Amino acid sequence: MCGLAGYLGNVAEPERLLAAMGDAIAHRGPDGRGLNVIAPEGSAPGAGLSHVRLSIVGLADSAQPMVSEYGELAIAFNGEIFNYVELREELVARGYRFRTSGDTEVLLKLYEIYGPECLCRLNGDFAFAIWDGRAKRMFIARDRMGVRPLFYTEKAGTLYFASEVKALLAVPGFHAALDPLALDQVFTLWSPIAPRTAFEGVFELEPGNYMIADASGRRISTYWSLDFPDAVDVRPELNEDDRAAQLRHLLEDATRIRLRADVPVGSCLSGGLDSSIVAALAAEMAPRGLDTFAITFDSAEHDESSFQKLMARHLGVKHHEINCSEADIAAAFPDVVRLAEKPLIRTAPAPMYRLSSLIRETGMKVVLTGEGADEVFAGYDLFKEAQVRRFCARQPGSKFRPHLFRKLYPYLPGLQKQSAEYLAAFFGADAAPLSDPLFSHRPRLRGTAAAKLFFSADLKSRLAGYDAADDMIAQLPERFSRWHPLHQAQYLETRFLMPGYILSSQGDRMAMGNGVEGRFPFLDHRLVEFATTLSPSMKLKGLKEKYLLRKSMADKLPAEITHRVKQPYRAPDSRAFSGAVAQEQVHAVLNPSRVAGDGLFNAAAVDKLVQKCAGQSAPSFRDDTAFIGVLSTQMWLDIFQGTNRRASEAA
Amino acid sequence: MSESIKQTIRSFIVENFLFGDEAALPGDAESLIAGGIIDSTGVLELVAFIEEQFGFTVADSDIVPANLDTIDAIAGYVGRNASAAAAA
Repeated sequence: MCGLAGYLGNVAEPERLLAAMGDAIAHRGPDGRGLNVIAPEGSAPGAGLSHVRLSIVGLADSAQPMVSEYGELAIAFNGEIFNYVELREELVARGYRFRTSGDTEVLLKLYEIYGPECLCRLNGDFAFAIWDGRAKRMFIARDRMGVRPLFYTEKAGTLYFASEVKALLAVPGFHAALDPLALDQVFTLWSPIAPRTAFEGVFELEPGNYMIADASGRRISTYWSLDFPDAVDVRPELNEDDRAAQLRHLLEDATRIRLRADVPVGSCLSGGLDSSIVAALAAEMAPRGLDTFAITFDSAEHDESSFQKLMARHLGVKHHEINCSEADIAAAFPDVVRLAEKPLIRTAPAPMYRLSSLIRETGMKVVLTGEGADEVFAGYDLFKEAQVRRFCARQPGSKFRPHLFRKLYPYLPGLQKQSAEYLAAFFGADAAPLSDPLFSHRPRLRGTAAAKLFFSADLKSRLAGYDAADDMIAQLPERFSRWHPLHQAQYLETRFLMPGYILSSQGDRMAMGNGVEGRFPFLDHRLVEFATTLSPSMKLKGLKEKYLLRKSMADKLPAEITHRVKQPYRAPDSRAFSGAVAQEQVHAVLNPSRVAGDGLFNAAAVDKLVQKCAGQSAPSFRDDTAFIGVLSTQMWLDIFQGTNRRASEAA
Repeated sequence: MSESIKQTIRSFIVENFLFGDEAALPGDAESLIAGGIIDSTGVLELVAFIEEQFGFTVADSDIVPANLDTIDAIAGYVGRNASAAAAA
């Protein structure tokens, strides 16, 4: 796991640029540095690779960029190929020789033999760039689910790419500017829609895609995408026990190969089902015992420490925990925005950043987590909510059916006192047409977009006629309309929010901010593909989420965990900024004249919002979203556009 | 009477839900939920405001969109109950 950067084209001072790009992402690779400049020859473009290393596999002999035996290929690689042991054995049996013990050389060899086809053979989380001197081209690829990041931009005909946008800021003549359409997308879907990023002119290589760039330009292709069977082909499961056994086998193997490392691998415990499952499997496979890590909160509504401790005792592991107070969230938030590189509408990444600091301080740099299970096995409340909304829509005006919404959200006090009529209205039970491709997500999209109230008149007029939700619909594959409604909802969650927010803002960026690599057994593509073939009722059975997953693992877990209803991971949002120190910070960042000067938000309305949130213990969803959204956007401008802004203020 | 009730309600909505942005105020007959102005917490803020401002208690069974989802509906509901409270 590491960070990479590079270019294809002609650069004035290549060593200096590559070193500066590496410096910008040094947090991703504290254990080693390397760069490699390939000078242009004939009509070929020049090329360069920079790498910062977090040593996990092949500690002594796998420095990067790594060059192939005859010097034709060079690779900078971030991530892990978990099945490299099997791939290496296969190649050795065919007579290939290896100089190192690690996965980097295996990847390089596979590319040398198979070219882009090699991607289909990889089971891993990766982003890498290979300079292919034979074809005078750069081959850049990203893993199927979007665990590891890869961004790129073009300046004066030269392609630049890197693990984080920060490294692109080192490119001569590049100035960061916030893309207003990306801001609209964040204030609707929680993240920009890939390939768009928060930065104008910067794009991300989408998950499951690769790029080939050479003197004639760049071409992007898709080698993997999430797919489901047509709804008409979905059959009830005839043998549930067989399916549970298959699931268990795949999950065990996914965990086993994710424990491969030359350093100890720990496991996170949230107190929920998914991380408990992963820790239970890992505890059996870790020869020297397992360390587990957890975050605790002061507020009862967020804290899950009793379940974390219960699970740790059950497994007999060495458990570590760190508390995250409201003041901790506020203090970390500017760093969180700097690492996430995009405006956020939740503080939930901040505790994850704190958790990775605990992991680092304990001396570990690799952890397993339960991430992905809610997307793959339908754990999120949103899936149940969509089911209840469909149920209500079948009998409009029902006085009884909407009461189910209350049952879905026992942790939202505002809902408990509402009438059936209001519940139906809030969830659009009578309103949204069942044929809407975004049916499952409409209440969330609408609830988030309400925060656009704070956009300035100028920004609103620049965005006139644009609708981020329509943009999302335009990206859906043709076959989407033929899928079962639950599969449609899973697709939307797995394709957009998971890579755009969960795995990036809350995942890779928060872990790598402290040089920690997360590994996610539930996102093993074999398991993901298996789950798409399960009948929807094996995932969401009535209102019981992750049905088959619970069944397949029940013998390994305490009953309190097996039957626990999903509690969404949340953290205090605007409330985290109510302390005296945080209020000072808020007033500095949201100073009305600065907000007005930047021109994105209505400064007078923001000022009233700041006052309202400061005086309230339980702000509404909309107010919380708007407060964090505006605050993080203004912080983003301070961090990334700071130099431009100071220049314009001085002018 | 009704117009002054409506004006009081409009002012509350502008201040509390629209943060002073009068341009975003919906028409008297437009849904506050569909307009993204009120969510589940917002309804409770609205009920607390009505009770405090107009001096009567909103019965749980009255907290329904038919009474509270448009400025017209709120004014009508408040008019009926405030006068009943005054007459009592």
